[in-house]
Amino acid sequence: MTWVNAAVQGILLGGLYALFACGLSLMFGVMRIVNLAHGDFAVLAAFAAFSLMSWTPLNLWWSVVVVVPLFAGLGYLVQRGIIAKSMAIGPLAPLLVTFGLATVLQNVLLQGYSADTRALDAGWLVSASLKVTDQVSVAYLSLITLGLALLVIVAIQLFLSRSGLGRMLRAASDDPEAARLVGGDNRHIYAVATGIAFATVALAGLMFGMSSSFSPSAGPTRLIFGFEAVVIGGLGSLWGTLAGGMVLGLTQSFAGQVDPAYSILAGHLVFLAILAFRPQGLLPARSV
Amino acid sequence: MSLLDVRGLEVRHGQLPAVRDLDLSVEPGQVLGVIGANGAGKSTLLRCLAGVLPAYRGTVLLDGRDVTRLPAHRRVAAGISMVPEGRRLFPSLSVEENLLTGTYRARSGPWDVASVMGLFPWMRDRRKQDAGVLSGGEQQAVAIGRALVSNPLVLLLDEVSLGLAPVVVQRIYEVLPRILDSGTSVLLVEQDVSQALRVADRVQCLLEGRVVLDGAPADLAPEDVEQAYFGLGSRAEKGDHHVRWPHGRHEPAHESSRPVPGDATTPDATASGRSTGGTR
Repeated sequence: MTWVNAAVQGILLGGLYALFACGLSLMFGVMRIVNLAHGDFAVLAAFAAFSLMSWTPLNLWWSVVVVVPLFAGLGYLVQRGIIAKSMAIGPLAPLLVTFGLATVLQNVLLQGYSADTRALDAGWLVSASLKVTDQVSVAYLSLITLGLALLVIVAIQLFLSRSGLGRMLRAASDDPEAARLVGGDNRHIYAVATGIAFATVALAGLMFGMSSSFSPSAGPTRLIFGFEAVVIGGLGSLWGTLAGGMVLGLTQSFAGQVDPAYSILAGHLVFLAILAFRPQGLLPARSV
Repeated sequence: MSLLDVRGLEVRHGQLPAVRDLDLSVEPGQVLGVIGANGAGKSTLLRCLAGVLPAYRGTVLLDGRDVTRLPAHRRVAAGISMVPEGRRLFPSLSVEENLLTGTYRARSGPWDVASVMGLFPWMRDRRKQDAGVLSGGEQQAVAIGRALVSNPLVLLLDEVSLGLAPVVVQRIYEVLPRILDSGTSVLLVEQDVSQALRVADRVQCLLEGRVVLDGAPADLAPEDVEQAYFGLGSRAEKGDHHVRWPHGRHEPAHESSRPVPGDATTPDATASGRSTGGTR
């Protein structure tokens, strides 16, 4: 029964990883760039909500409603203002620029909020759980996170497959110049993709901030888990990213069942094994 | 007034001018064919008119409006659409989705996905298929349809016949009259000179980025076309260039848009083109 519990917890954890990773996956799928500041933007979102709750009468849920669209707009501006310029230089430049952004964000947060760990107070929800059997219980917060991950991935897939702008995102992913020739403004298209990615990473950061404590230096670890989920699932494939998150979550959970000390290490080993033996990932992308 | 009016156009690749002091005009309902050897600047010209390469000098007027500085994506809305060399379909999108991308910034007009499928009826049954699995000829048809649905004033066709069997090329060129009937003018670049002479109302021959011959196909003697194509000046020996004529039609693979002299079709054409280039 403990193994059943480990499986359930692993899937729930995988939901959080998938939510972190789908923005990375989308940006890689459309622009072939890896945003190294991804995890730090998640932490920034958590601090933004923390500030809103401290300094304004907004409660946690209203903060979520404010922060997520705010990050979509921030993503659009960061892409148009910073990342787009670096993409024009070469494939390595966006990596360096986002790495720089990550460092700046960590230090600004450290300056503004100190190194103390914080948490977003979700009230009764933090400890509430659904008791399935005596051994297996499911925390509502984890369940909500998993639900959000599924919802976000389905929504992005629908946007990409059904809407005209989504179609142009896929077109620009296939052939950026041909996309310009049919009337697509790639700067706008890329900024929309980044905007969506930032909204999802903000959501991930907020759910993370509710379920565990965070500090200005928490970003890089989030990035690594997200990146591992993307690679395990197959670069640029959203369903693959969901699968990758699940594999990572289950691995960590099962390994933790054997010995908690091996939990994180086991996840990294699976990631390495995938890189070595199946570099295209579990569900390789056709396009996005 | 001409529909498309290009004056004194110069396009550069880095420091190298690939198109020099070029004038051309496309009249409404007309097909203008641009021919020339490999590296003559044909594709560069088209890519500049489509907006993916900047004009170094000169002006491009579309229906009287200066579009010289307009980026590619806004030229589609202004009325210039290009079928790029090598088709450049979106391989992970279906046939229908590829056509739909052309409607993203489309002008209003007679062409839409349904009427393009009327032009190429096979597309109806295969609309859900990925464009990547189509044959070359089918891809070319989809590429033309994708450009058509934006209802351009001027349709730019870059090397439609490249890499396709003659019968397939024939079938694709069969739709040209119906495109012209809809009010769209066509500017096409062809390495297949006989094909260009067959379908064009007027032909311009480029050599090292300059127009060296201009006229209606009926008025042009094959010798003149030949000489202009390979840059054989009056000093060139008569007779030795006749051998080279068919090579322009069997060009494999890519037509490089770089103006590197060594890029020309045959060593002979390169040498003679270079030797006369300076005296022009």
